[in-house]
Amino acid sequence: MYLFISPWLIGFLIFALYPILSSLYYSFTDYDIIHPPRFIGLANYNEMFHNELFWRSVKVTLKYTFISVPVQLLLGLGFALLLHQAIPWRGFFRTAMYFPSMVSGVAMSLLWYWIFNPQIGLFNYMLSWFGIPGPAWLMSPDTALYALIIMSFWTAGSGMILFLAGLQGVPASLLEAAKLDGAGRLRIFWNITLPMISPVLLFQLIMGLIDSFQVFTQAFVMTQGGPNYSTWFYVYNLYTSAFKEYRAGYSSALAWILLLVVMLFTAVIMKLSNRYVHYEGGSRR
Amino acid sequence: MSTVKATSPLSPASRPHRRVKPVTIASFIALVITTFLMLLPLFFMVSTSLKSKREMLKFPPTFLPESWAWSNYTEIFDTLQFGTLYKNSLIIAVLSVFGTLLSSAFVAYGFARYRGRGNSFWFILLLSTMMLPYPAIMIPQFVLFSKMQWIDTFLPLIVPAFFGSAYNIFLLRQFFSTLPEELFDAGRIDGCGELRMWRTIALPLSAPALATVAIFAFIYSWNDLLTPVLYLSSSEKFTLPVGMASLTSSRFRIPPWHLLMVASVLAMVPIVTLFAIAQKQFVEGIVLTGIK
Repeated sequence: MYLFISPWLIGFLIFALYPILSSLYYSFTDYDIIHPPRFIGLANYNEMFHNELFWRSVKVTLKYTFISVPVQLLLGLGFALLLHQAIPWRGFFRTAMYFPSMVSGVAMSLLWYWIFNPQIGLFNYMLSWFGIPGPAWLMSPDTALYALIIMSFWTAGSGMILFLAGLQGVPASLLEAAKLDGAGRLRIFWNITLPMISPVLLFQLIMGLIDSFQVFTQAFVMTQGGPNYSTWFYVYNLYTSAFKEYRAGYSSALAWILLLVVMLFTAVIMKLSNRYVHYEGGSRR
Repeated sequence: MSTVKATSPLSPASRPHRRVKPVTIASFIALVITTFLMLLPLFFMVSTSLKSKREMLKFPPTFLPESWAWSNYTEIFDTLQFGTLYKNSLIIAVLSVFGTLLSSAFVAYGFARYRGRGNSFWFILLLSTMMLPYPAIMIPQFVLFSKMQWIDTFLPLIVPAFFGSAYNIFLLRQFFSTLPEELFDAGRIDGCGELRMWRTIALPLSAPALATVAIFAFIYSWNDLLTPVLYLSSSEKFTLPVGMASLTSSRFRIPPWHLLMVASVLAMVPIVTLFAIAQKQFVEGIVLTGIK
């Protein structure tokens, strides 16, 4: 067995364990990557908690996460439920919903950069159909973050695929039995479908949170963290400190806080979900 | 069993005499509207990519180009060394996919075939690395790779793939676990070593799962921005995302929207192609490995 898992084990040591530990060490140092690190104790952490941009990045990231992740999950689940039924053109709809997820990254950012252009973009044009004067979106500190949140809904199709896979795993016999007992659609959904797909939901919730905490591309390509730091995401802040201001020590402290927060969120969700998430055979694989 | 199947909610359409339920009609309408909204940006991506410089600035935006500026698609290769960007991204993505497939399938086999205390400890460790945010480890990795003189080479973007990636190992392990034990018993009787069983039994039977992993790995590498931004400094080594990101930079007073859209369309081509080729296996792979 160890022969087989050795590539990963070696990789784990070099690309995960060693970096985590050295990042912890760097976080207590003044380090610019070129000169050797100099130990300064908790100064980086102390500075961080008094740094306005740090708190801004936390606020921006949490706001983005708490809106975009749940909505994306609901949309993905909704699409999956719609497309799990026998419906005309099902294959077409599935592909169409998934298609935007294939554009992710920089191409998507460029596309939405245009869509949100207040003068010539599609979004405000469509709003004008309903007589709504559109805001300046990415150009205004009040709306830039919401623009990015709206953009994130566009890739809900990737979650849909996983939910569809989960729905196919719900035994038809269970649904039949419930129907015979006279359960309505909603009841079947709450009492059978939802518990049966809860592991998929949990998986996506955790992965969605972790991804969302790491938003970078949109900030880098579309807004550079602006206007007026309204899209100053945590990882953008971390990247700027390390590779623009050459403060790798301070940035490592940011990295460690990110790691701790991710671990904390995951642990809390796992703990809470124990009661609600249903695993076949009662055991977690 | 057959009665359950015939009345299963998966296939009510197979019963011809059924009257169409209002729920179905409502769902259909909801789907048409959302699909329209989902596809509209893509439609404009393609349409704007074919507009002239003058037309791209028109408001309201025209649905179809007034005159089809196919020359945009050649222009981008002249102005942005697009061919080089494309080639770089392809080299990196193909090698990463190869590395990921090879190593992840190898490691996953180890996890699937051996069960025991040690194994479950490492497996839980593997799962927990899925939660490890890349930014948390990127600075020491950067220091490590710069000590190895790998800055401004493709190596930092390719080599880690050869050590397996947690998500894909997990996916393949789930799949390998479903292969019947009898196959391997038969192999053992024939005197196969584990390595040979991996190569001749496990791999050939896992085409859908391997296709899924290949697609995931390709999309990941193809779309990655942060790592190439960190490691590549000379413009002739840039990947597609890095080159495209530079398009929005301040060197243009008005962003060349039509060219941005050309780049976006072209960046989609390999992924869509791959998806079209492997779609059946991709979906099957996700279902079979049962991500849960």
